[in-house]
Amino acid sequence: MSRHDTPACAIAAIVMFGVSAGSGLAKTLSVVAGENGEERLQSALIDAKPGDTVRIGPGRFAISGSLSLDTARVHVRGAGPGRTILSFDGQTSGADGLLITGDGAIVDNLAVENSKGNGIKAKGVDGIVFRRLRVEWTGGPKASNGAYGVYPVSSKHVLIEQVTVKGASDAGIYVGQSQDIVVRNSEAAFNVAGIEIENCYHADVYDNLATHNAGGVLVFDLPGLPQMGGHAIRVFHNRVVDNDTANFAPKGNIVASVPTGTGVMVMANRDVHVFDNEISGNSSAALLIVAYLNAFKDPTYNPLPRDVATYQNRIGRNGYDPKFDGGPILAKLSGGSIPPTLWDGVTQFIIPGGAASTDRVRLSLKDGPVVNLNLKIQGTPVTSAQPSVSQQWVDGEITAPPPVKLPPGMFDDRRKGRARR
Amino acid sequence: MSFRWRRSIALLSATLGLMCAAASPKPGVDTARLMSDPPALTLQAYGLFEDASGRRPAPGVTPYTLNTPLFSDYAEKRRYLYLPSGAAMTYRDRGVMDIPVGGVLIKTFGYRQDQRHASDHARPVETRLLIHRSNGWAALTYVWNAEGTEAVLKRAGATLKVGFVDTRGVRRDIDYVVPNVNQCKQCHSVDGRLSPIGPKARNLNGPYDYGSGLENQLDHFARAALLKAAPTSASIARTPVWDDLSEPVDARARAYLDVNCGHCHSRAGFASNSGLFLELEETDMSAFGVGKRPVAAGRASGGFEYAIAPGYPDHSIIVHRMASTEPGVMMPQLGRSMAHAEGLALVRAYIAQMKPAS
Repeated sequence: MSRHDTPACAIAAIVMFGVSAGSGLAKTLSVVAGENGEERLQSALIDAKPGDTVRIGPGRFAISGSLSLDTARVHVRGAGPGRTILSFDGQTSGADGLLITGDGAIVDNLAVENSKGNGIKAKGVDGIVFRRLRVEWTGGPKASNGAYGVYPVSSKHVLIEQVTVKGASDAGIYVGQSQDIVVRNSEAAFNVAGIEIENCYHADVYDNLATHNAGGVLVFDLPGLPQMGGHAIRVFHNRVVDNDTANFAPKGNIVASVPTGTGVMVMANRDVHVFDNEISGNSSAALLIVAYLNAFKDPTYNPLPRDVATYQNRIGRNGYDPKFDGGPILAKLSGGSIPPTLWDGVTQFIIPGGAASTDRVRLSLKDGPVVNLNLKIQGTPVTSAQPSVSQQWVDGEITAPPPVKLPPGMFDDRRKGRARR
Repeated sequence: MSFRWRRSIALLSATLGLMCAAASPKPGVDTARLMSDPPALTLQAYGLFEDASGRRPAPGVTPYTLNTPLFSDYAEKRRYLYLPSGAAMTYRDRGVMDIPVGGVLIKTFGYRQDQRHASDHARPVETRLLIHRSNGWAALTYVWNAEGTEAVLKRAGATLKVGFVDTRGVRRDIDYVVPNVNQCKQCHSVDGRLSPIGPKARNLNGPYDYGSGLENQLDHFARAALLKAAPTSASIARTPVWDDLSEPVDARARAYLDVNCGHCHSRAGFASNSGLFLELEETDMSAFGVGKRPVAAGRASGGFEYAIAPGYPDHSIIVHRMASTEPGVMMPQLGRSMAHAEGLALVRAYIAQMKPAS
């Protein structure tokens, strides 16, 4: 590893999130592939000071543990997602490929392959950019693959763009218990869930491709967690097509309950708008709107999807081979396939302690026909369904959440900036 | 403001004291060296021990032990507390003792060739320091040479081949992982800041042989003016001793889970997002894992539905992950390369005796 001064023009480009790197002391720590690559890379990640760049050269780095970054405002950049490869084939310890716990990091232009646990995780940070990354389990979809590809959790100000994730045994792109999130221009394929937004506040998911997953895009809210009450999520202008990989998640995980061939699934949450997406080739259902399925003990949790709006999606052929309980019969009753929107019809739940919920559930499901399973009370088994079909299900106009705002500078893409000049 | 002012004065006087110490080098602990960056390249430079092999603590360095320790691949640990002359910890009834700036926690990990022979000396592998500096805690790791005569700084961590014969006479050869500074923080973290995790009053509330017979550690600290504002040891909670068979299984298992898991699995810890909280003080059994479904475990759930399935250890994710040595599945994520058979047996027994959910 060599440490050398960065030219002044580059220092200007290392401005992160609108905060200057300071007095021109920002350094670039370069790490080239070769002997002791792991130790030299980890040392650079430890030695980097706020504002510094750790530049990882082209080549394959064999990593045996977890890499980690705990310093604020460090830019970790490779030579390209096809050129700088962090390979975890021989990983013997650690639960992640790269773990980030410093605020304001940018990770771009590299690949993480075959990590034993998650690919790149960021925990508890304010500001994180994942850009032009590839996270892949190269043996294809397998239950023994790691859980999440990119995995920001308990964080705020999250940007994921131009990221490709393949083979995750849970979700390819997973954002959990976070706030102010943009996921765009990314691709998730051959994962159990393509893109999953779970227990999050304020997320925009757009211009992505979710294909050949078991489920394309999931918006979930789960009980018993520090951050609950997911809300203000917009899923728009994505291609959610041909999600047809058999669900290979281990039992017990919530995504194991996602039917193979699901397009977009909303479970619990408030203020979710799904619009202007292309949704086709998903064999179970295009749009699935359901309550949390299991029993729960948390009295502050609301298991119902409410204030959910779906509209102007371009719905192709979906639901022709449903892989959920009662699906085949429902398809038969509906003329051969599941109609575009499937809602479980749950509008009430028992608050742990005994009282029935009283909040009104409003939905605006315009991509019909809509099947309502009329399950009414949360926890009612699907075998008790009394399905009814309508052209739409609209019981109120629901205002879309405002666009997610990220701090100025987070969207600045150094490579693009150069190209413009 | 007054707090800051007082603190400045304290720092100033500490600094003056350090300068004097630096001006007249003498044997003993070099506090100035401990408090400054970059750190010393060898452990010996700090003078924390009187001998090069780190067995005889210098004046001001007090040994201690914990009722229930963290399992670290059967390594034997020697723990010490250093406080600058005149400084004292302040008692806290919950969490780690309030250790003042200038305080250092020292822990040496080592192995006897044959763990059946109590008389053997453990060969030191690494010594970790947690140093309370004016800008917060710093973690440093020093790795010993084969002769056990010098320990050198390793900031990026290391993997070492270690062999020994365990208490059952089985030869063990392991890849012993020395953590890097970031990994230190993964466990040693409270609300994202580096922090000690071991010396809680309740886990120190037990006897130690200071050479003149057994004495309660807290009482000893108080008597030696190393601890302020402490109630008598008999009047406060204590962490059960995980392997003291005279204590009930549930108490021992809770102590074991507290010490081995609770630093991450707490509301302020690294695993806060899991919603699984394993501290001794946790009273919400659902948050403690009973009937709790996994959140982000992925394949590490092993196909099981609950962290703790009462009555069914073999269906409990906690047991599955404690038994695993596979990265991405095993828990804890760091600090061990083998399963802890005895700890696992205890947690299994604890779950087995729980009443199954109806």
